[in-house]
Amino acid sequence: MKRIGDGAATRIGLIALAVILTTLFLVIPLAGIFYQAFAEGMAPFWQNLTSTFTREAIGLTLLIALLTVPVNLIFGIFLAWLVTRFAFPGRRILQTLIDIPFAVSPVVAGLLYLLLYGRTGWLGSLLSEQDVQLMFSWPGMVLVTVFVTCPFVARELIPLMQAQGSAEEEAGVTLGAGGWTLFRRITLPNIRWALVYGVILTNARAIGEFGAVSVVSGSIRGETINLPLQVELLYQDYNTVGAFTSAALLAALAIVTLMIKAVLEWHTHRREKTA
Amino acid sequence: MSARTARVLPGFSLSLGVTLLFVSLILLLPMTSLIGQLSTLSWSQYWAAITDPRLIASYKVTLLAALAASLFNALFGLLMAWVLARYTFPGKRILDALMDLPFALPTAVAGITLATLYSRNGAMGSLLEPLGIEVAYTWLGIALAMAFTSVPFVVRTVQPVLEDLPGQADEAALTLGASNLYAFRRVILPHIWPAVVTGTGLSFARSLGEFGAVIFIAGNMPYRTEVVSLMMATRLEEYDYAGAAAIASLVMLVSLLLLLAINLWQGRFYRRLHGGRH
Repeated sequence: MKRIGDGAATRIGLIALAVILTTLFLVIPLAGIFYQAFAEGMAPFWQNLTSTFTREAIGLTLLIALLTVPVNLIFGIFLAWLVTRFAFPGRRILQTLIDIPFAVSPVVAGLLYLLLYGRTGWLGSLLSEQDVQLMFSWPGMVLVTVFVTCPFVARELIPLMQAQGSAEEEAGVTLGAGGWTLFRRITLPNIRWALVYGVILTNARAIGEFGAVSVVSGSIRGETINLPLQVELLYQDYNTVGAFTSAALLAALAIVTLMIKAVLEWHTHRREKTA
Repeated sequence: MSARTARVLPGFSLSLGVTLLFVSLILLLPMTSLIGQLSTLSWSQYWAAITDPRLIASYKVTLLAALAASLFNALFGLLMAWVLARYTFPGKRILDALMDLPFALPTAVAGITLATLYSRNGAMGSLLEPLGIEVAYTWLGIALAMAFTSVPFVVRTVQPVLEDLPGQADEAALTLGASNLYAFRRVILPHIWPAVVTGTGLSFARSLGEFGAVIFIAGNMPYRTEVVSLMMATRLEEYDYAGAAAIASLVMLVSLLLLLAINLWQGRFYRRLHGGRH
């Protein structure tokens, strides 16, 4: 079958242009991260990577991701179930509300939490009477990260669960299955790849969040500096190799994320073809 | 789906409860604090806070750079979506995976990398300098950083639409003697246009709020290369919470209107595509 743009010249020209632009725009910056990290050889890279400062930043980054991902995973499943399996007034408003973290600047996200839980905020002043301080400490960083990443799982699940419909689950109910059995035996197998994908996106963003976290962190060394904030701090201190060492670590995680995503997509494609 | 069949399934009150609790605590409660903070300002104070000359300069820079970034992404995204949807070639899978890099890479990492590459003695900056093109510490650098972080939007909205387009339309146009370019303009473009606009709109919205990638390459010179997100962060550092809240209210309003416009546009497009069923 003849198709538009299938002439050899057009095809090769467009592919070449795409490859050149992608190289200039995406590949060179990616390679630049690793080049800068190793610019002074292996020793400074290793020294930076194993320093206490980096180790503390890695620890905090993992802690934030470890707390954020399960919370948003559970919320995402409940929200997707609610929105795709039931009709009720206010459903659309709910879906729009969930998109807010997606649409606003991360600085606004940090600011909202600072206004609420900071010393001047009504909840913050209440909590400080109990000697609880959420801002400029890691719990605050977890809270804003939950805010920023809350749409990801639900956004992956909703279109898929909408397309699949509820016939299978309704059949399960007629056969006498309870809620948990229904979810575990019917829903979960159907949505598992989208779920994994949602978790990967949530995780990547939770690890890399900068703007929102920087507003509520207060940059206390050894306490509230995660990897992205450490990157900024070292870069502002003209410690280029140090900054790019942590950047390379984050970039390596990004590459792993992309690879898992590619494998998942290949998996679903193959399933669609055999189905 | 009618409400009667819907309630056959269990878990309505549980999922409604969990969702409402989460939405109230995580989303709505923090927003009440913004309203609370704004109520401490009189109208004239609010107006003064959002019309500060330095801030107005930052509106202009942010809008200009976001516009340039999203227009670039419209073209680049269209090219990439076309190449990935229509052709097979070695290395295509890698090229496809690379399109998601800007979402997977932390914005601060993108920021320091672009700032280093495009600085005067960086790999790209030193190539561009003899041509008289300065990227770092100019609005062009801001636009570059914004474009980088929002690459996936247009590609990923247009690509699936192109993949679903039946080949018969192409064939019919070409058989009737249309040139490739003419056929693309008259047959393909009308079909993918809504997706291009949606993707570009999302890219624009994201660019308006971008912070991490921008602040390193921008140089942050008052009146020249400060973006709105940075102005909010600056106000917070000065403990001017009310001033920051005033800017944030404006930013949120603009983002929500953009989001609403994109959703409405998308809804209209799907209704047209599915003949009124949605």
